[in-house]
Amino acid sequence: MTSTTSSLTPPDGAGRTGQDETATGAGIAALIAEAPVPHPTLAKTFGAMMAREFRVLRRNSISTFMRAVLQPLLFVFVFTYVMPKIGGGFMFGGAAATAGAGAGAAGAINFATILVPGLMASMLLMQGIMAVTFPLVMEFSWQRTIEDRALAPVPIDVLAGQKIVAGAVQSFLGALIVFPIVLVVHAAGQAPQVHVTNWALLALILVTASLLTSALGLLLGTVMDPRKMQMVFAAILLPATMLGCVYYPWSAMHQIRWLQMLILINPMVYMSEGLRAVLTPGVGHMPMWAILTALIGGTAIFGYLGTRTFTRRVLN
Amino acid sequence: MTDSATQARQAAGMAPREVPGAASGAGTAIRTEDLRKTYKTSRGDVPAVRGIDLNVPSGELFGLLGPNGAGKSTTIGMLTTLVLPTGGRAWVGGIDVVADPVGVKRRIGVVTQNNTLDMQLTVTENLEFRSRFFGLGPREAARRAAQLIDAFGLGDRRKAMATDLSGGQARRLLIARALVHRPEVLFLDEPTAGLDPQTRVNLWDILRVLHDQGQSILLTTHYMEEAEALCDRIAVVDHGEVLASGTVDELKEGTGADTVITVRYEGAVPDGLAAGTGLEGRPGVGKVETDHDRIRVFASEPDGVLGELVAAGARAGLTVRDAAQLKPSLETVFLNLTGREYRE
Repeated sequence: MTSTTSSLTPPDGAGRTGQDETATGAGIAALIAEAPVPHPTLAKTFGAMMAREFRVLRRNSISTFMRAVLQPLLFVFVFTYVMPKIGGGFMFGGAAATAGAGAGAAGAINFATILVPGLMASMLLMQGIMAVTFPLVMEFSWQRTIEDRALAPVPIDVLAGQKIVAGAVQSFLGALIVFPIVLVVHAAGQAPQVHVTNWALLALILVTASLLTSALGLLLGTVMDPRKMQMVFAAILLPATMLGCVYYPWSAMHQIRWLQMLILINPMVYMSEGLRAVLTPGVGHMPMWAILTALIGGTAIFGYLGTRTFTRRVLN
Repeated sequence: MTDSATQARQAAGMAPREVPGAASGAGTAIRTEDLRKTYKTSRGDVPAVRGIDLNVPSGELFGLLGPNGAGKSTTIGMLTTLVLPTGGRAWVGGIDVVADPVGVKRRIGVVTQNNTLDMQLTVTENLEFRSRFFGLGPREAARRAAQLIDAFGLGDRRKAMATDLSGGQARRLLIARALVHRPEVLFLDEPTAGLDPQTRVNLWDILRVLHDQGQSILLTTHYMEEAEALCDRIAVVDHGEVLASGTVDELKEGTGADTVITVRYEGAVPDGLAAGTGLEGRPGVGKVETDHDRIRVFASEPDGVLGELVAAGARAGLTVRDAAQLKPSLETVFLNLTGREYRE
């Protein structure tokens, strides 16, 4: 604060704690007189909101990285390194062989191969919810900090869309982090058989799956009671993952027909199967048209519902 | 509403009924016409705002004064586009808040009652990103943030996280943030609620400087003295309605400019006691109200009134428990308009 600026003095002459604790009259007057003229556009505001997300992501990079890495790392380590070593692979070799047989594939398929797409899908879901649902619940509760962003010069549904896109980016990055882990960590002879033939299709599956989880995250974040957030883990994340073809291919489920049909309502199934189709074609998977229809349709449905509930909660 | 309140509305020049198009004329910061909001709840419809008419010219510092729950925040919510009206219309800077909320949001700065700072960001980042939301480039935004930080005396805290600010610092940052894009109209919802007296006076000074620069401001407050100290004009709001509006002086005159003498007795006031004082109809005495255990007299010439009330009580065998004489103020205006004491 310079000496040329006149400081504000309370009219009753009450003392002040110091210069640093008060505003200056001239400074404040200048805020009005010397203000830049802003020209907000939808693109600029959207871009600035994304920039804000990346700033926060960067600030929390260590915890974000831990969250994204540790769970898949431990999982792969235990199931594709520790278990084959101590059990000679009998458990999973058997399961995988069944899976392979179910899909009509030639040769034994190890568990690591099953896990590559499964864990990527599981990470997509986890990151999507962590990146969107949890911050949103905070923003809606207590001080309603959501009002900060809601007063930005864009329609409220654009704000909802921005949350979906920002969440999808994080979800996408989370899946990319898993990829090298599941490729590299395994016992000798247990290497996953990954073979990408169609990179464009892989990108399409990853992008739509990221958007799907993020849109689901938006919907959950706007309908969940903040006091019942534990429910998200127990009632959504856990069943979606356990019954989401993460640890087994869908085609292998034909032996439990009722369950195979039942889990078709789980969007996670299509994410796992979609990645399975493009990453590990040696394992049987459901038809691509069904996968893409479900991923794109699911994104549209969750996106629509999430945007609607979001707008309703922002606008009283 | 009492007769005097009706007179006050007329004397204070309540928003005249004009064609809506007139609202878009230059020189009007805020205008509302029969603005209403009814919340639908599980217990039925709860009316929060029941038809408010406002007309705030550009450059004015206008106050909505009323107790908690009067409908002030709902009104500000509708004007700032975050609450959807269920009836009537409103324009800010000539723009319809329902038809073009984005247009309104571009022109307003809002200081919310809650601390809605971005808790994931630092003080500087809060200002920079808000500037960028309003279309400034990164470099311009950084310059504007630095300017705001200096003006609001937050230099020592520029790198602090928003979560680490004191109540007064957070409030200053909220105001600074509302000014990044030089809004046409600045809204402040209870800007000094919960602040210590000194921080409060400091914020008043900030608002006065902004006002001197021609900034249009609408604030809500439940502090009588805040409204009296700051506002060019005031609308007294209670139960979702404007009871009276005008300058402080107009309000005092419009409601009789009365001193209010209240005497509270040991027990309920018997019928006829008030009449027995002979105060009613005496020159310089306005209303005489009986309210359970108390009598309230509105008088422009208060001399001797207190004595009469004490004596009348004594004749009826009632001891006086408490007596008060309020000089004409917004508090007496509120008493006069509502027949109730002001509950903050």
